[in-house]
Amino acid sequence: MSIKVDFQLDAKGLSCPMPIVKTKKAMADLVDGQILEVSATDKGSKADIAAWAESVGHQYIGTMEEESVLKHYIRKCSDDTMDEKIFERTIGLEEAMEREGLILDVREEAEFAFGHIKGAKSIPMGELDARLSELDKKQEVYVVCRTGKRSDLAAQKLTAHGFTKVFNVLPGMTSWTGDLTAFSSVEMEELSLRTPRPVATTE
Amino acid sequence: MSVLKWSAAQVAKKVINNEELFILDVRNTDAFEDWKIDGHKFEYLNIPYFELLDGVEDILPKIPADKDVLVVCAKEGSSLMVAEMLSEAGRTVAYLEGGMKTWSEYLEPIKVGDLTGGGELYQFVRLGKGCLSYMVISEGEAAIIDAVRFTDAFTSFAEEKNVKIKYVFDTHLHADHISGGRHIAATTGATYYLPPKDAEEVVFDYTPLLDGTAVQVGASKIDVGAIYSPGHTIGSTSFVVDSKYLLTGDILFIDSIGRPDLAGLAEDWVGDLRETLYKRYRELSEDLIVLPAHFMIIDELNEDGTVAKHLGQLFAENHGLNIKDEAEFRSVVTEHLPPQPNAYQEIRRVNMGKITPTQDEQTEMEIGPNRCAVR
Repeated sequence: MSIKVDFQLDAKGLSCPMPIVKTKKAMADLVDGQILEVSATDKGSKADIAAWAESVGHQYIGTMEEESVLKHYIRKCSDDTMDEKIFERTIGLEEAMEREGLILDVREEAEFAFGHIKGAKSIPMGELDARLSELDKKQEVYVVCRTGKRSDLAAQKLTAHGFTKVFNVLPGMTSWTGDLTAFSSVEMEELSLRTPRPVATTE
Repeated sequence: MSVLKWSAAQVAKKVINNEELFILDVRNTDAFEDWKIDGHKFEYLNIPYFELLDGVEDILPKIPADKDVLVVCAKEGSSLMVAEMLSEAGRTVAYLEGGMKTWSEYLEPIKVGDLTGGGELYQFVRLGKGCLSYMVISEGEAAIIDAVRFTDAFTSFAEEKNVKIKYVFDTHLHADHISGGRHIAATTGATYYLPPKDAEEVVFDYTPLLDGTAVQVGASKIDVGAIYSPGHTIGSTSFVVDSKYLLTGDILFIDSIGRPDLAGLAEDWVGDLRETLYKRYRELSEDLIVLPAHFMIIDELNEDGTVAKHLGQLFAENHGLNIKDEAEFRSVVTEHLPPQPNAYQEIRRVNMGKITPTQDEQTEMEIGPNRCAVR
């Protein structure tokens, strides 16, 4: 199973504090929005990475356990909410859920994998240009991300490409209180069959 | 300045001798709030190590220069890192060898008193977890009651005292910690006793511990006699040792009483608990010294580090023994209970012999504070 990430860090066999020390160092080389996968065997690393990420403002996405190796996913963040939203046609999360149409989730694959609105389609922001053909211009598209920043950009992009029924869903998944669907084991299996894109490995 | 390494035994001395200590706990805030090293005169500062990776300058003013300072983490690594940083900043501090893991495993044997004919009774205080185990010694023989899983502590103590372990008892099927009783019996050839009513699901052989079961330790015949006292579990059994001490297991503690819900049968067992505490124990001599299988808070420790009090005193002072109204008693011990101990269902399965986790997994199961009582 492999989730698409930008960097991988191998901290297996290392005990506390080294997994966090190395994670902190590795995160310094990421740019905002990129995702780091940390493999560790120290059981304590799960609670510590989550707490550390929160303390410095990065997004802790989640942890998976595979054969006693913990894989932690972290997304580098500056404060998403500070940016001005440009796209004018916005809609509340609850209202969007009541409408017909497509929920388009433009968060990274790892974020989507750890929890998304049932039925939502995943196209990470960075892949949107290449995958526009998967979307129907006549359909209403409700674009969602974590805080509303990426979905704002995605909505602008869709409009520029001729989509007319586009809405930016605000505030985003941080405010979602409904059920979350994680990837099923079948979807995980499909991920593992896909050829992974080259990934930088930090030391 | 320098970094000192302290063992759990050194910290235990600080607790028992009521000394001052400043603890810088660098674990997660959640872990610290759940469970820490308790001492009468200890002060605490909790800053997770990952907030100190860029330096300790910010916290220096909060750390006293005129007191012993001990840096503590889960296993050792992070406390050593922070201790070295503090040392580079000019402070002399210590770190706890093996961290909270080792602290939770450490047993301090303390003599409770002398028995007839030169015998001795020892209480093994597990400070980090609140477990209390006992060893009765007399004329080359020993009996052990409620041994925890660090069996070396008991077997090497017996060797030191030059006694042979003949009897091993568990007052009940424990739910908060893994028993070492079966293992000690297997390695020493001792007889392992367990109350049959708690042992219906166990998958190993044991000798039934019944009301009235009695053994004699040593030639001078110190009696260890069993009294059926259900309520925490349906099999819970107490012991009277040498007509002087009452070992209550998890039925009666110094400042609290046992909870009846850890096997999922609070409603059924609350009547038994009431009967044991308000009738059976009332028939015993008030001069008996109560020795429980747990303590909850450090204030329950006596001056010498033991956890012991006269039964008469508990009848006067322990809230759980002074609830006149039965309905109120029922409500106190079945409602508003504290959270159940970590992994208590799994721990029961280990003690039944159904699963055999690795040492690391056992450590993981036992993590966190003891929660066997209702206050």
